[in-house]
Amino acid sequence: MGYIADREQFSDFIDKLKEDYEIWAPKKFKGGGRFSDTDAVRYAVIESPDEIELNEKSAYSWKEAVLPPSETLFYFAENHAGETEGPAKKKLVFLRSCDLAAVKRMDQIYMKNGDPDYYYERRRKDMAFALIGCSESCENGFCVSMQSNMADNYDFSVDLVDGHYRLDCKKEAWDELLKMAGAASADVVPQRVTENKVKVNIPEDLSYKVGMSSMWDQYDSRCINCGRCNLVCPTCTCFTMQDVFYDDNGKVGERRRVQASCMVDGYTDVAGGGSYRQKNGQRMRFKTLHKVLDFRERFGYQMCVGCGRCDDICPEYISFSNIINHLEDGMKEVRGND
Amino acid sequence: MTKNQYIPFASKIEKVIRHTQTEYTFRMHFDGAKEKVKPGQFFEISMPKYGEAPISVSGIGDDTIDFTIRRVGVVTNEVFEHYEGDSLLIRGPYGNGFQFSDYDGSELIVVAGGTGVSPVRGVIDHYAHHPEAVDGMTAIVGFKSPDDMLFRDDLKYWDAHIDLRMTVDSAKGQPGYREGFVTAVVPELTPKNLANTKAIVVGPPPMMRFTIAGLIELGIPEENIWLSQERKMCCGLGKCGHCKIGNTYVCIDGPVFPYLKSKTMVD
Repeated sequence: MGYIADREQFSDFIDKLKEDYEIWAPKKFKGGGRFSDTDAVRYAVIESPDEIELNEKSAYSWKEAVLPPSETLFYFAENHAGETEGPAKKKLVFLRSCDLAAVKRMDQIYMKNGDPDYYYERRRKDMAFALIGCSESCENGFCVSMQSNMADNYDFSVDLVDGHYRLDCKKEAWDELLKMAGAASADVVPQRVTENKVKVNIPEDLSYKVGMSSMWDQYDSRCINCGRCNLVCPTCTCFTMQDVFYDDNGKVGERRRVQASCMVDGYTDVAGGGSYRQKNGQRMRFKTLHKVLDFRERFGYQMCVGCGRCDDICPEYISFSNIINHLEDGMKEVRGND
Repeated sequence: MTKNQYIPFASKIEKVIRHTQTEYTFRMHFDGAKEKVKPGQFFEISMPKYGEAPISVSGIGDDTIDFTIRRVGVVTNEVFEHYEGDSLLIRGPYGNGFQFSDYDGSELIVVAGGTGVSPVRGVIDHYAHHPEAVDGMTAIVGFKSPDDMLFRDDLKYWDAHIDLRMTVDSAKGQPGYREGFVTAVVPELTPKNLANTKAIVVGPPPMMRFTIAGLIELGIPEENIWLSQERKMCCGLGKCGHCKIGNTYVCIDGPVFPYLKSKTMVD
């Protein structure tokens, strides 16, 4: 059902939801940007709808709502391990179409690649999603090319148009809440991006052979393997185990899993000092092919959702969409030389 | 609700077998190991404070599993601070392991180097005790020097029951050892029927590469060769990503792979 709500009505609706849900949404942090006098948009738990940033893109993705950058799995006391408590509340996450498409990718790894993941599942099972409509394409996004611009597995959508919240609600129970708040029925379709300035083309015959092309060499020096691209990516799922012990009692501590990056040193270290992919160019190749080749081979659809956050965040101004578009040249270089 | 597979369980060290200065076998209690664990599978050994390390199973008893561990990192160093009667926290088993049905009835060649012997020890030992299950069994094992030899008791038994060929990179002046790499032994093999000859190769990447090249040179069909990959499995459950090679997760799809699959995998 579609609704139009004014600020008060939408606020009432959110207040009702807050009884059961923690509301995660992009929020603007004044002066919190990476350069002086710039703001940051990041995910945070919000109390009022006024805090939800409905215009600008968040630098970090929705994923920290389901996969905290650092998550304690259990506590150690000598040889005993005690599990952490699960989330106290359900979560409602406001996110854009690209991120909503990323939810499916995250679920694919954490719920369907091998056994389901206990910690992921206990957060994910009670999650609801609110789609933030996109009235225009963001700067570096290429969601249309990656077919993530039309994700529709949301519980309700929201567009702020001329001071009014336009909502498309798919959850009957929430229809009631909206009616109670006094929202007027209307025909509402979430705003969608149908064209991006950035477009990508993935060669149909893309194969691992492209790793032998010279296209990766420039990243040996251009990329500084800081791993920011992985941390902002809504589809990057990797983590590393980390043990922490308390200073005042060395027998007690906790095991955490922290987000990991395939671009950063140490990611592939094996016993005795061996490692794979020492060069940054090889790591770039590994990441790129995961996003646009091997995930698709394994699961049947592309991993990258084209949000463009990796381009936004890269301190070396490396553009991931450019890399994708260079794959055709890379394939030209290696086609036929078996 | 899904089972929490991240929480390790305590397992008692029943025996410590010292092979070399830096390599010991820890025999751990594990109920029903014989039914539940296959050679080639691995466990995560969990050392609170130090982290976890994936370790392959080097032996399987009725209710025990062996880990042959080389002291090379923070986790394994800490493991060596534990003695018989102590407990270690472990979780597993993970991975596919070797399937005996893949090798039954064949002429089997196992080539392993150093700690690479651990994951295949169960396979060699199985056929050394059941020679009738194969049409001949050759094991080529290599160590750095006589001081670095693992599983000395097994080697004696194997030598008596199967065709065992051992090399050392350097005999350090001790007589009775063949110096050289395992790859030098491969061309000397004379399988009766190449089509029915199967091979398992486990060791450091260059050793596996050259050994497999030698086996193919010998005429063994590529589809008859298996190997086991070593990667840094942080979870063992297909989630953490560290062991991914192309579209393959070594922890859940492997670590044992047919060579035909493995040769398409690019790190």
